[in-house]
Amino acid sequence: MHEWSLAEAVIAAAIEESRKGGLGEVTEIKLRIGELQQLDIEIFRFALDELARSRDEGLLLKNLKVELEPEKAIFKCRVCGKEWDFADIGLTEEEYEAVHFAPEVAHAYIRCPSCKSPDFEVIQGRGVLIQSIKGKR
Amino acid sequence: MVLDPRLSIIDTRLAGIKRLIAISGGKGGIGKSLISSLLALTLSRQGYRVGLLDLDLSAPSTHVILGIEDVYPREEKGIVPPEVHGIAFMSIVYFAGDAPTPLRGTDISNALLELLAITQWGSLDFLIVDMPPGIGDASMDVIRWLRKAEFLVVTTASKVTLETVKKVIKMLKELNMPIIGVIENMKLKDSSVVNEALKAFGVPLLGAIEFDLKLEDSIGDANRLLESEMATCIKEIIAKNPGFNLEF
Repeated sequence: MHEWSLAEAVIAAAIEESRKGGLGEVTEIKLRIGELQQLDIEIFRFALDELARSRDEGLLLKNLKVELEPEKAIFKCRVCGKEWDFADIGLTEEEYEAVHFAPEVAHAYIRCPSCKSPDFEVIQGRGVLIQSIKGKR
Repeated sequence: MVLDPRLSIIDTRLAGIKRLIAISGGKGGIGKSLISSLLALTLSRQGYRVGLLDLDLSAPSTHVILGIEDVYPREEKGIVPPEVHGIAFMSIVYFAGDAPTPLRGTDISNALLELLAITQWGSLDFLIVDMPPGIGDASMDVIRWLRKAEFLVVTTASKVTLETVKKVIKMLKELNMPIIGVIENMKLKDSSVVNEALKAFGVPLLGAIEFDLKLEDSIGDANRLLESEMATCIKEIIAKNPGFNLEF
């Protein structure tokens, strides 16, 4: 249920942005869901729906549609420049769980497949990002 | 437009915390983690609901100081820190274990943000935050995100440490962050050098902790730590300074 806390963050951000933009209703949020965080999409979506419905914000989120766009995790070695993806990595169940909670600990468990360096960056697909928020004034 | 939603939930996660005390200092190795751990333990033994958050992601050590092992957070609409020695304890070590985790600035910022966004502290009297050393990315992030933080700065009487600690104090003042005061740690002799250095800033010296040769033997054992001379000094500092009073 760690998904719940991130869903809560999305709803809080939507409310914050609607206030900044003077929206009376938020109709659509587009999210990018990074593969590295390994969210359970079903739970995440359920949490978003429940939270949108339960918020005491009048009609603000009543007709909210949330679009989720999965984003593949890609790593790039800072030493040798090699790029690779999450599917190439064989982590244990415990390591997967740790990365799920705190994706940066990937640096504890993943090494560049070419030069074995731990100095790599996650060039895409880390976690949850809001791409756009649409609404009506 | 790309927005990170985690930034919008930090204040909600910290809403149930009455006092958030960030233990800072410019240098590594001056006792921030020990003071954070003992402060959390002492306040907890005094009956307060206390949390301890280790944000020194490159070199977390409060779990070693308190002998915390074989515990893991519980998942409940986020993650709930386990209670150890009466303290709700959160650290990256649950997820990284003892593996070296080389993190660059942006990774540290992301990991800090994740911990702040997903940790469900509930209701606490005090959250003690063991801050990363220095005034780099990590400290600047924490200062920006922990808006209710009050700072307790640790120093030693060494000229080398004081030079950096003065920069930390200057920066906190420039950012209008509240400073409860300074603790002098590892005091070796009577000297007014710390007091003199603080005069220019109007920041109080809360107390001094003498260098304790036997302290190392108590590392990893919370009960022995509480019996140490350092713990006695911390208790006195808490008792003497209204900065640790909940109504302050």
